[in-house]
Amino acid sequence: MLEVGGILSWIHEALSSSCPEWLTLLIEYVLIGVGFLALYALIALILILLERKVCAYYQCRLGPMRAGFWGLLQPFADMIKILMKEIIPLLKNDKFLFFTALFLVIIGSLCTFGALQFSKDLVGIDFNVGVFYVLAISSLGVLGILLAGWSSNNKYTMIGAMRAGAQLVSYELSSGLSLLTIVILGGTMQLSGLIEAQSETWFLFQTPFTWIAMVIYLIAGHAETNRGPFDLPEAESELTAGYHIEYSGITFGLFYVGEYVNMFTIAGIGTMVFLGGWQPFHINAEWAAGFNGVMDMIPTWLWFFAKAFGLVMLSLWVRWSFPRLRIDQLLHLEWKILMPISLLNMLLMALWVTVLVPLFA
Amino acid sequence: MKKYIKDLFSGIYALLQGMYITNLNFWRPKVTEQYPEDRQTARQFERFRGELVFDMNDQNEHKCIACGLCARNCPNQSLEVITKSITTEDGKTKKVLDKFLYDLGSCTFCSVCTQSCAQKAIKWTNNFEHAVFNRSALVKQLNPEGSKAIERKPAVAAPKAAPAAGQNENQQ
Repeated sequence: MLEVGGILSWIHEALSSSCPEWLTLLIEYVLIGVGFLALYALIALILILLERKVCAYYQCRLGPMRAGFWGLLQPFADMIKILMKEIIPLLKNDKFLFFTALFLVIIGSLCTFGALQFSKDLVGIDFNVGVFYVLAISSLGVLGILLAGWSSNNKYTMIGAMRAGAQLVSYELSSGLSLLTIVILGGTMQLSGLIEAQSETWFLFQTPFTWIAMVIYLIAGHAETNRGPFDLPEAESELTAGYHIEYSGITFGLFYVGEYVNMFTIAGIGTMVFLGGWQPFHINAEWAAGFNGVMDMIPTWLWFFAKAFGLVMLSLWVRWSFPRLRIDQLLHLEWKILMPISLLNMLLMALWVTVLVPLFA
Repeated sequence: MKKYIKDLFSGIYALLQGMYITNLNFWRPKVTEQYPEDRQTARQFERFRGELVFDMNDQNEHKCIACGLCARNCPNQSLEVITKSITTEDGKTKKVLDKFLYDLGSCTFCSVCTQSCAQKAIKWTNNFEHAVFNRSALVKQLNPEGSKAIERKPAVAAPKAAPAAGQNENQQ
């Protein structure tokens, strides 16, 4: 099989046979950190290319075609360019907060990314309050964005940051509520436990309420990445670039990368919680044993990435279809539509789990 | 409450409609031209004004009678008609074209010259690759060396010839 678990245990055995235990752990931690950062950067590059290509295709264009075959080297060229650019120092701003904001955004994004379970064996962080951890650490980004807008000492960044604050704090409610709906169904907050509970049927096909929760989660998650119709914090026609106007060179690049990986992280969490994570697609019936066997042949990391990129494509589709909302429409959508529905949905899910399932069991 | 639910579903329907339309666009053939690679197959538009040329026939003859209307109508003096006098066989002195100079660098492609030309002697081609290293290379002589004007019948037949030429122009 094409699983990565074998390689990982081989590395562990090779290290522990030649090193003392503390050195083995140290080397493994460093390797894991480097691996995560590399994957983080790689996914950002893939998503930047995907975004440009998909955007172009929706507009009947071809997108980047010159750098490498079919423009595949374009994000690498962009990365080298942005690494070589100057970081312009500002005269009257709070230097400490200015750079702290950047690191808050990146750390929040990276820590959430670490909670993803890429395959059966490739798991970064997994503990008993995984969903809670994801919700908590992903809201670190809001703080970073608010600080970035405030410390830049610029009216546009300030307006952008305030809008971002209003938007992210609002939409975290309904995304949190829809994740809690799934926690009720799965009976655990541990992400690996949630995935294990979907080994026979994905949560999506277990109850009708999961569909509602998933749609609400995807809308709210899309809003949390500051993209698509919800890109008010960086509305370029109104605020030039929103909260990151004053960042230049790689400091801007990190914001950019963080935004793109957040998109993947949202899709990945959605995959783990609604679409079974790395679990293959199974039909829970006697006659489908052969089909299930074929599905099991596909490596689990491929399942995860296929589903996550499917959700990313959905997000790009939405982004390039709809016009930007006004701030009052944005808050109306959250507080008067999504939140009541997700509260009701959570109530119905609780009734389903506590009353209906025991009744027919 | 009824309105709330109705608005919700009509909103979802409208959003799905929008996504359906953008999805159609996604699969549509792309309009981008990959220019230097596809210069042989690139789509050209018949009415595109690329470069001014003489409408020559296959005997190396042009239709210009050196009247100079085009040069006088040209808003930025891009055209220069240089004439010479020759003596015909029956002893008459006749003005004919010596050089027709066209300065591509100052041309605005307004097409007033081709519209004012009574003989339809000049026309546009689709060639748009005009880059040169020297400005003087942009001044082109439109009548090739050794070419001459089409021999005309006496003045009586002339009004007939002009509409015929006009018809040819339209067919192209």
